[in-house]
Amino acid sequence: MSVVADTVTHAQVTPSTSQPWAELGLKVDEYESIRAILRRRPTACELAMYSVMWSEHCSYKSSKLHLKRFSELPQTTPRGPLLAGIGENAGVVDIGHGWAVTFKIESHNHPSYVEPYQGAATGVGGIVRDILAMGARPVAVMDSLRFGPIDAPDTARVLPGVVAGVGGYGNCLGLPNLGGEVVFDRSYAGNPLVNALCVGVMRHDDIHLAHASGVGNKVILYGATTGGDGIGGASVLASETFEASGPTKRPSVQVGDPFMEKLLIECTLELFAAGLITGIQDFGAAGLSCATSELASAGSGGMHVDLDAVPLRDPTLAPEEILMSESQERMMAVVRPQDVTMFMAICAKWDVLATVVGEVIEGDRLLIDWQGERVVDVDPRTVAHEGPTYDRPIARPLWIDQVRADRAEELPRPDSGPQLADQLMRLLGSPNLCDVSWVTDQYDRFVRGDSVLAQPENAGMLRIDPDSGLGIALSTDCNARFAFLDPYRGAQLSLLEAYRNVAITGAEPVAVTDCLNFGSPEDPEVMWQFVEAIRGLVDGCRALGTPVTGGNVSFYNKTGEQAIMPTPTIGMLGVIDNVAWRIKSGFVSPGDAVYLLGRTREELSGSAWAEVIHGHLGGEPPAVDLEQHRRLASFFVAAARQRLVVSAHDLSDGGLAIALAESCLRHGLGVEIALPGDAFLNLFSETSGRVLVSVKPSNEFELIKLANEHDLKLSRLGQVSQSEQLTVEGQFSLRLPALRRNWQSPIPTALGLTPPTA
Amino acid sequence: MRVGVVTFPGSLDDVDATRAVRLCGGQPVALWHASDTVSDVDAVILPGGFSYGDYLRGGAIARFSPVMTEIIRLAGLGLPVLGICNGFQVLCEAHLLPGVLTRNAQRTFICRDQTLKVCSTDTVWTNDFSRDEEIEIVVKHGEGNYTADADTIARLNDEDRVVFRYVGNPNGSADDIAGVTNRRGNVVGLMPHPEHNVDPLTSDSTDGRRFFVSVERFLSVAMTA
Repeated sequence: MSVVADTVTHAQVTPSTSQPWAELGLKVDEYESIRAILRRRPTACELAMYSVMWSEHCSYKSSKLHLKRFSELPQTTPRGPLLAGIGENAGVVDIGHGWAVTFKIESHNHPSYVEPYQGAATGVGGIVRDILAMGARPVAVMDSLRFGPIDAPDTARVLPGVVAGVGGYGNCLGLPNLGGEVVFDRSYAGNPLVNALCVGVMRHDDIHLAHASGVGNKVILYGATTGGDGIGGASVLASETFEASGPTKRPSVQVGDPFMEKLLIECTLELFAAGLITGIQDFGAAGLSCATSELASAGSGGMHVDLDAVPLRDPTLAPEEILMSESQERMMAVVRPQDVTMFMAICAKWDVLATVVGEVIEGDRLLIDWQGERVVDVDPRTVAHEGPTYDRPIARPLWIDQVRADRAEELPRPDSGPQLADQLMRLLGSPNLCDVSWVTDQYDRFVRGDSVLAQPENAGMLRIDPDSGLGIALSTDCNARFAFLDPYRGAQLSLLEAYRNVAITGAEPVAVTDCLNFGSPEDPEVMWQFVEAIRGLVDGCRALGTPVTGGNVSFYNKTGEQAIMPTPTIGMLGVIDNVAWRIKSGFVSPGDAVYLLGRTREELSGSAWAEVIHGHLGGEPPAVDLEQHRRLASFFVAAARQRLVVSAHDLSDGGLAIALAESCLRHGLGVEIALPGDAFLNLFSETSGRVLVSVKPSNEFELIKLANEHDLKLSRLGQVSQSEQLTVEGQFSLRLPALRRNWQSPIPTALGLTPPTA
Repeated sequence: MRVGVVTFPGSLDDVDATRAVRLCGGQPVALWHASDTVSDVDAVILPGGFSYGDYLRGGAIARFSPVMTEIIRLAGLGLPVLGICNGFQVLCEAHLLPGVLTRNAQRTFICRDQTLKVCSTDTVWTNDFSRDEEIEIVVKHGEGNYTADADTIARLNDEDRVVFRYVGNPNGSADDIAGVTNRRGNVVGLMPHPEHNVDPLTSDSTDGRRFFVSVERFLSVAMTA
């Protein structure tokens, strides 16, 4: 980059200077429209700003058109109107008693492939700052992780790095990790998915939105110093896929410092409480370019920033680099002049560096100076909000009909008890159904003392109000195999899985955040998957009464020409009036009656059984019944309130077979059941909308009555037993220690570790 | 019972320790790392976390904070001090307790419910337990591998100063040591987190409460004496 600045004046007199727009990821027409907006060529700094802010990652240029459909949903939850909706850093949900919750899920996929530890760590750091910028105290995180095959050599590099990164950062921030997902599939080899969710809590009065208003107000940069890390990360890493050749992109990944972020959290919350912040923006992708242009364009005035005031880790940084740097743990606040002294005092208390770098000015321009010369003079809206929008071509894939015709229902089935037992064992010991303690034991789930439920429960649950017991539940889920077969229905099935997981803890599902991970938007078939998934989510959320409050889109997830399976990860938020009513997932007492809620149909396509036993993916995913799910949720809200059920376990991947095994293994109690009809279908079908429950014999009558009231099919299967056996009458009996060994071994074995002893 | 809970920059379980004190009938008193006075408290807890980022070594910097200078002095006079996890590391770095906590043998952070065997009840913080009793307390740490030379370990054993041992060693600690005390028995450090085992809603075991019962009993006896 140039040592002498490319000033606005210089740009005006050198219109024909050649500029590296293509290297920065801009298309020729995008570069031309920047020239048209400015009515001159951009300076190097301006080009840097536009290129990052107009990247797919920051501008949502391929998805914007379709994401609009989420804002058509009623902006209200079963608990009342949203306090902030889509478009803010994160949506804000009223949960009652004056409390509000903000939550969001975001991807950090590409950096986590390049440098697994730092990529995953800074993914957590970024989403936590988003939540903090809403004025909320971050109180928990979750993570949805997807890797290549468990035995692929690269998985042994990426998996431990990502897990250590998520844990290293979150643990050091003092945020409990409540759960998430770990999935292995060929399509994620070379393109792992790291989706991190953060949830924050505040009082209604404490909501803060990002904008810069009030001429004369000071713009303060606080937190870490600015260095050369992550330069171009947003445009280079997130917008293009990886090539085998070419220079290494390692230096583009940001390096995190969770200790700094912990100080930033405490410091920012104290600044909020003291009423010293009139506008705030976190530094995410595109660093200073993003923070200044977004703050300025959302406010009423313009903004002037002096780059010489920005504290640098590396004094040789060029102005373009200062603007593009993605150094972590930085925030920008707009502060009234009379409050600056107090602001600085609180930052000093927390040893957080804070510097006035600019101010809000008259007019609507964003002006940036470096060494006394103007290097940026733009309308910030053209940078932050008026980037290009593409209506990408969409094409229904030609292969989809063929894939759907290849139904798993036609595959050979086991025809004896021992064969059923063998297949159950194989499913339980398969990478996507096995015990993930090796992962989750690296995360602190206890800190802050409010984790009422955490993995391996159906959902995470937090106590919010210690007086009333008011709390929230959260689950993240996605079934990408279903989404591959039918993105519309697959997205809905993922939504319903998250909905069920929240509902069966006794919480009422209220709102959704989504992380939409797809291949290249320039591929019309991928765009079709994307649009279908959104259509499915919008229709699903409308029927469930749960608005989408925010989230993120990650495109270009592919290795070579091979796109990942469409992976719309859903984060569902629920509210429970008293966390003491929560329902856990495992069998608790011998003698308790075991029931299945919901009807089982012959639905094997896309199932775990088809994958594990036959390596098969084809056919049509299970049917969707949105209305039945609403009844299911209201059943569980009532059941929890009446303390009617002892345990509830969702049926999803692996069907009843896996739900039974997991319910037994939770507390080492056996079960004896009889299956009406076809034992195989009962065990392995993945019909949506089913839940395994256990209940005290004295409550069976009430359970039946409640199920009738909610028009839910209820079948008695058997009872929890003292024996260490999972017994299906007339079919097989499996010993729990054998099940447990089989269930615990896959991840440690794949990583060359000895399985846990305890 | 007034129990001071220290907050260093990077302390995380200070919130939990504070709540635990309150739930167990005590009155928590917030102590700030930069303060050089500690007054009007009957006991002090150094909570878990990553004080000052722990970038040099767990507890190595916190040990030099102004508040620690005062706590070291008061501990010498018999003030009950409990160091949990990072607090244990601080106590070792401050030489109030022998040994050092190194990286877990398996090189990964570990968070799980852990069975402990109570080995010494002759301390301010464990007199409510019985010797050889097994209790359940949460562990969560990346650097909990207790290490000391053979003479020190032998001395700790001889002097009945190993307070807890792991049943199923989670981190490679020498002699399965999970917690130790000083000669006087007023300073106890352990890697497990009793403050996470006080509320049946958030943990199945509430064995952590008995740490507070112990110190309260000690204080009431000390005051009447």
